[in-house]
Amino acid sequence: MSDRTQADFQTRLQNWLPKLVLSPSLAMIFVFVYGFILFTVYISFTDSRILPFVGNGGKPAYDLIGFSNYDKLFSLSHWEISITNMAIFAGLYIGICSLVGLMLAIFLDQKIRGEGLLRPLYLYPMALSFIVTGTAWKWFLDPAIGLENIVQTWGWTSFTFDWIKNRDFAIYTVVLAAVWQSSGFVMAMFLAGLRGIDNEILKAAQMDGASNWNLYRRIIIPQLRPAFLSAFVILAHLAIKTFDLVIAMTGGGPGRATELPATFMYSYTFSRNQMGIGASSAVIMLMTIAAIMIPYLYAELKEKK
Amino acid sequence: MAAATQDSAIRTGRVTRTLIYLVLILFALFYMLPLYVMMVNSVKPLSEITGGGMMSLPDVWTIEPWKKAWSTAQIGVEPTGLRPYFWNSISMVVPAVAISTVLGALNGYVLTKWRFRYDTILFGLMLFACFIPFQIVLIPMAAVLGFLGLAGSTAGLVLVHVVYGIGFSTLYFRNYYAVFPTELVRAAQIDGAGFFQIFWRILLPSSGPIAVVCIIWQFTNIWNDFLFGASFASGNGAPMTVALNNLVQSSTGVKEYNVHFAGAILAALPTLLVYIVAGRYFVRGLMAGSVKG
Repeated sequence: MSDRTQADFQTRLQNWLPKLVLSPSLAMIFVFVYGFILFTVYISFTDSRILPFVGNGGKPAYDLIGFSNYDKLFSLSHWEISITNMAIFAGLYIGICSLVGLMLAIFLDQKIRGEGLLRPLYLYPMALSFIVTGTAWKWFLDPAIGLENIVQTWGWTSFTFDWIKNRDFAIYTVVLAAVWQSSGFVMAMFLAGLRGIDNEILKAAQMDGASNWNLYRRIIIPQLRPAFLSAFVILAHLAIKTFDLVIAMTGGGPGRATELPATFMYSYTFSRNQMGIGASSAVIMLMTIAAIMIPYLYAELKEKK
Repeated sequence: MAAATQDSAIRTGRVTRTLIYLVLILFALFYMLPLYVMMVNSVKPLSEITGGGMMSLPDVWTIEPWKKAWSTAQIGVEPTGLRPYFWNSISMVVPAVAISTVLGALNGYVLTKWRFRYDTILFGLMLFACFIPFQIVLIPMAAVLGFLGLAGSTAGLVLVHVVYGIGFSTLYFRNYYAVFPTELVRAAQIDGAGFFQIFWRILLPSSGPIAVVCIIWQFTNIWNDFLFGASFASGNGAPMTVALNNLVQSSTGVKEYNVHFAGAILAALPTLLVYIVAGRYFVRGLMAGSVKG
């Protein structure tokens, strides 16, 4: 090989190297994410009851049945309960987390002594597994040994708090635990936003006689719009993905009182072997998240360019 | 943060300040409550819990619940305690974190310093993969793991966590390298440095902080994962979270709450320790995970 062709080869290699290095990751993403999404969509149009490739000599053991799974899905009361619960859960979770997060951020921003101690205390739940915190909440809220029993032994004998065992209220205990887990994170997002606000504007407004309340209402909180948007997107996507917490706290019960789409999908797919229905519920979940995430990511990436 | 030193425009009176402190402390107690409940009840005999003493300090201190949770408690059908599952989690987390971090660093390097057409779209596709509800991949993944003979194995879980972890690790390194001066890379290129040399000699030495952020994020996420563990490794190969859930949900015999709490702390300990030692980096990862870089 002459020097020239070797140099040529080396530059060509150098030109290809970046793409070569990126390609394994891209291949994984395309197969395991996008390929699998398409596959799940395909399964959702079949009457599949067992895992593909398993049994039947690798041949598909199912037929295409169009939108029947989706028809069936939306006629199932189990799914309807999951969706209703999701609406209650997501609404309260996003709302309360935002309010608590905003309040704590504003309070912490008042030159608080011990801020460095409080902030990590508010945020540590994010580092814990939902199974761990779900276990703690499950037993703490259990009427037999937890809060109800504690207050009763303190002397208030008629006190009752059995929400976690009560069909009408169990979903709110999941909200409580989820808010506990994520509100510190929302606080951190808002605090970062607050610290980014230019003090000069505030001082000018204050010289014009604006009260603290008006300062926050008219100048500071409107400037937190990006933080609100990020918090909403993150919380909404966390809400839709909520799974472990319910499994650990209530297992979806009592009855079906705390079933969510994620637990619905899991039980239809793995316990009832209704792959088609499970897949169609997963597709609905994905479409919901995509409707929230894609515009957000698009705007973020475009902005950065 | 720089703003902390600048004097705030907001002034508050004495009463308001007292109220603010009060609220902040009440919330601190609220956040501490489950941890307190777990800790204090993991070191007392069962009778004290069932007798209504969940909130009080133990009358009799004991480490029996910890011992039992670790080595003799019934998990599923076997009285192995959580110990083998703890090691399952370790042997899953270490390679998964290492591989996804290395891939993320290389991807971030390529996507910022060797830009090509459509690279932003490709990155967008990788990023969206972080946010999908994983239910959408469970069925094909279960099938493929079965097909590859990796069902129920730690290797299978490593694969799963690498695949669904590279989105975030790429995000971290990409945002970090995006503000790294490209002129340095170009200068090195003119001096004849190759692709890997530039990465190794120029980018990597200053990647310490973001590597810590990425490793901590991946570690926490993968250790805490339940969905993949429960779907693909529910037997002897189960990770810690799945084993803990089996311990707590088991319906046979007396419910040993103290053992459950000890087990819960054991499952929380690694991520909690990481948070105590390097919480600052964890929070940075969280914030970057909300995409704003």
